[in-house]
Amino acid sequence: MAIIKVERPKLSAGEKVYFGAIFKGMIITLRHAFKSFFGKTTGAGELNSSGVGVTMQYPEQKWDDKLPEYYRGAPALVTDEQDRERCVSCQLCEFICPPKAIKIIPGEIPSDNEWAKVEKRPQEFDIDMIRCIYCGMCEEVCPEQAIYLRPDYVITGTNRSEMVHDKKRLYEIGGKRVGLVNKWNDLK
Amino acid sequence: MDTTLLIAAAIKIAVFIGITMSFVSICVIFERRFSAIIQDRVGPNRTMLPLSILGFKKDLALPIGGLTQPIADGLKFILKEDFTPSYVRKFFFWLAPALVVVPALLTMAVIPFGSPMEIAGDIIPMAVADLNVGPLYIFAIASLSVYGITLAGWASNSKYPFFGGVRACAQMISYEIALGLSIVPVIMFFGGLNLGHIVEEQVNNGWLLLPLWGEGLSVERWLMLIPLGISFIIFTTSIFAETNRMPFDLPECETELVGGYHTEYSSMKFALFFMGEYAAMVVGSALIVTLFLGGWSIGFGVDNLLPAGAWWVSLLHIGVFLGKVTFFILFFILVRWTVPRFRYDQLMNLGWIVFFEAALINVFLAALVIAYPSIGIIGVTIGFALLITATILLIIIAKGATKKPSATAV
Repeated sequence: MAIIKVERPKLSAGEKVYFGAIFKGMIITLRHAFKSFFGKTTGAGELNSSGVGVTMQYPEQKWDDKLPEYYRGAPALVTDEQDRERCVSCQLCEFICPPKAIKIIPGEIPSDNEWAKVEKRPQEFDIDMIRCIYCGMCEEVCPEQAIYLRPDYVITGTNRSEMVHDKKRLYEIGGKRVGLVNKWNDLK
Repeated sequence: MDTTLLIAAAIKIAVFIGITMSFVSICVIFERRFSAIIQDRVGPNRTMLPLSILGFKKDLALPIGGLTQPIADGLKFILKEDFTPSYVRKFFFWLAPALVVVPALLTMAVIPFGSPMEIAGDIIPMAVADLNVGPLYIFAIASLSVYGITLAGWASNSKYPFFGGVRACAQMISYEIALGLSIVPVIMFFGGLNLGHIVEEQVNNGWLLLPLWGEGLSVERWLMLIPLGISFIIFTTSIFAETNRMPFDLPECETELVGGYHTEYSSMKFALFFMGEYAAMVVGSALIVTLFLGGWSIGFGVDNLLPAGAWWVSLLHIGVFLGKVTFFILFFILVRWTVPRFRYDQLMNLGWIVFFEAALINVFLAALVIAYPSIGIIGVTIGFALLITATILLIIIAKGATKKPSATAV
């Protein structure tokens, strides 16, 4: 490759004095300041911000409606259209979970139950949200499509035990999921 | 000595140091909020009074847009661990922060904050010390603050702080000269060094850069604006260098030197550097306002209509003065986000080759304008011709000084 020697640009006398450039720069800086002061920052509209700068002011303004389909938030358990727990406590998610956030105690479904033929369901199902890294491996590995990563991302607590989602909380987040695998379903 | 004056002096010291310190915190909040809106951000806007710490149920959220942020900042600095590395030179390491703050606060003593107040028959000037050598005192004391920075750099016993200290030293030397020389035309024009008298003069005859009333409306006075304008530019730029502000913040220079001279400092010791820098900025702004923009005067002849010596007039003038200083602080911040940092050699060039010479020529230019009535048109023409010759000679010398050695000479 040929060597290209880059010359420094020749400055005119006006540019060498430097003050004009500083003055121009100040006008630009001030224009930005005034625009954001009066809530008219460029791009504030499509970024859903308050107008004071492009910053979204978090608790008041959220980007929930801009979350993508594939967003990975809190993992949660789901029930099917007949309100049956989809989880059969095979513990695959527990084994694959890289930070070991999931803890399952499997339990049998009593024989007089409507869903006795499913045989097993979790007795306890805890996900430690302090440990969870939102990798989505549990969702991927689940043969029953019982665990999903939901778009919930505001998970807070004042102590460690509050950050552990138990079975009840997980179903609360997950809710009902309709469709696809209906292995144990009469409708099949 | 008169007891009234003594008590007044004590009150003045307390009040003016209070004003300076609260201005430092105002600087902090301005710096953060103004920087934020310049950069299309929001900045800290939701600090509230943390009443829940004191046992109340809820924090008090006032609609003040984070104005209590400086309190939170200060608390953070006090509560942080004050860490002294094991390898530093302890005595100087502890001494340096104080050496930065003290000069900055001392220089506040000669700034006239407002018009003199009349209390019980005594006329009390609104400056802690109404010295007859105002600007000289400020230069003498303010240049001491570089010792703090240099000592901090040296005592830290670590390479980046050391570079910072060395740079601070070199920068101070190169700008102090321009700073001192640039003010000479101003002093020649006023014929005195008492800052109080300088402001009085501006009250009657127009601000230095805005001679629109009194005796300011004459051709000679407007001609005088040329040298005074040059001195204003050099002086303001040198104040930027003196206070280590952008674009001359080479001693701390985050991108090159981590934190410069205060890399090894933490907690309140770091906060003292911080305060020193901002206090120097406040004093610098106050000095610019006092010398060039009329100090506490409202301007346009309004001051002479107000009853002199009344307490409310004094307070009004203090308010006007602080308003002008605030404006200048905003200007400092505006410049910080407009002009990129100079390279070290560019800084030296600017100080030694551009500003020093320009200030020197400016002194003679001002002298010519002032002497015009006494030496007449012929004298001025001869003087002007000499001045232009000297200027051309200086430019040639300066060109020679900045010429880079040719690449072949190894």
